[in-house]
Amino acid sequence: MERIPILKLGSFLLVTIQVDMHDELAVRLQDDLTTKIVDSSARGVLIDISALDIVDSFIGRMLAGIASMSKILDAQTVVVGMQPAVAITLVELGLSLDGIKTALNVDRGMKLLRDSLELSEDENLAAGEANGEFESIHASDEN
Amino acid sequence: MQVTKTERFPIRVQSDVVVVRQKVRNWTIELGLSLIDQTKVITAASELARNTLEYGGGGEVELASLKNDIGKNGLRLIFEDQGPGIPDINLALTDGYTSGGGLGMGLSGSRRLMNEFNIESEVGKGTRVTVIKWK
Ligand SMILES: Nc1ncnc2c1ncn2[C@@H]1O[C@H](COP(=O)(O)OP(=O)(O)OP(=O)(O)O)[C@@H](O)[C@H]1O
Ligand SMILES: [Mg+2]
Repeated sequence: MERIPILKLGSFLLVTIQVDMHDELAVRLQDDLTTKIVDSSARGVLIDISALDIVDSFIGRMLAGIASMSKILDAQTVVVGMQPAVAITLVELGLSLDGIKTALNVDRGMKLLRDSLELSEDENLAAGEANGEFESIHASDEN
Repeated sequence: MQVTKTERFPIRVQSDVVVVRQKVRNWTIELGLSLIDQTKVITAASELARNTLEYGGGGEVELASLKNDIGKNGLRLIFEDQGPGIPDINLALTDGYTSGGGLGMGLSGSRRLMNEFNIESEVGKGTRVTVIKWK
């Protein structure tokens, strides 16, 4: 069964959407993420949509769904890398994506998550902060 | 107005919606639309194809290259199904109206994203949505 991979980076989860998803795949991702947030006690979710040509109402609904679901599970979601043309089109389509945090790229998204979660003085994140770089967190996670 | 090329694709399963997005994308590039206009047309096509599948019970889309009387080029998309039809088109076109579990932005949003927009629908017979983007 086709699935979108979810990577664990310290206390964050990273999802890079690289394919033009059919609806079922999007729904499956939402389900998988829910399970993974609980299993890994993740505090943040980064969804990289830089490879997406479009975000329509279905994908928009899925992103909003992931954001509110993760909030309930005490994790924050940041959508990163939305192309400018996609953002403009979304506004004209009438989707506000209220309540979804966005960042320009994965690095900034990570920073956003760290900064806002630092307030909660989470120990895991203090460790992540020390590592600093995206790669090193990734590498340490794979050990 | 002159139709210079047409092609039809089925919308029967979810993966057909993905194919429609890809085909429409190719046609918008061929027409030479800007990236923003490409994105708008593909997004509208995605919304309308999904409606054809979800509410119309499946159907077809026809892509057509147009040239109008003053030589302007455009892309027309006609989404057609033989489903239940839309009893109240004005209601269906209202931002936020959905009879399913959607956001109710597909039809009204597509109308904003395209230059021309037309719905013909008959209860019990089906629905035809025609949209055009001019270059
Ligand atoms: N092809 C169709 N056949 C029958 N009814 C349709 C068709 N297309 C749209 N409708 C009706 O019009 C309503 C509004 O459609 P619209 O695409 O705007 O919203 P939605 O599909 O419900 O939600 P969204 O597109 O935001 O996910 C639908 O809920 C449905 O009742
Ligand atoms: Mg719709």
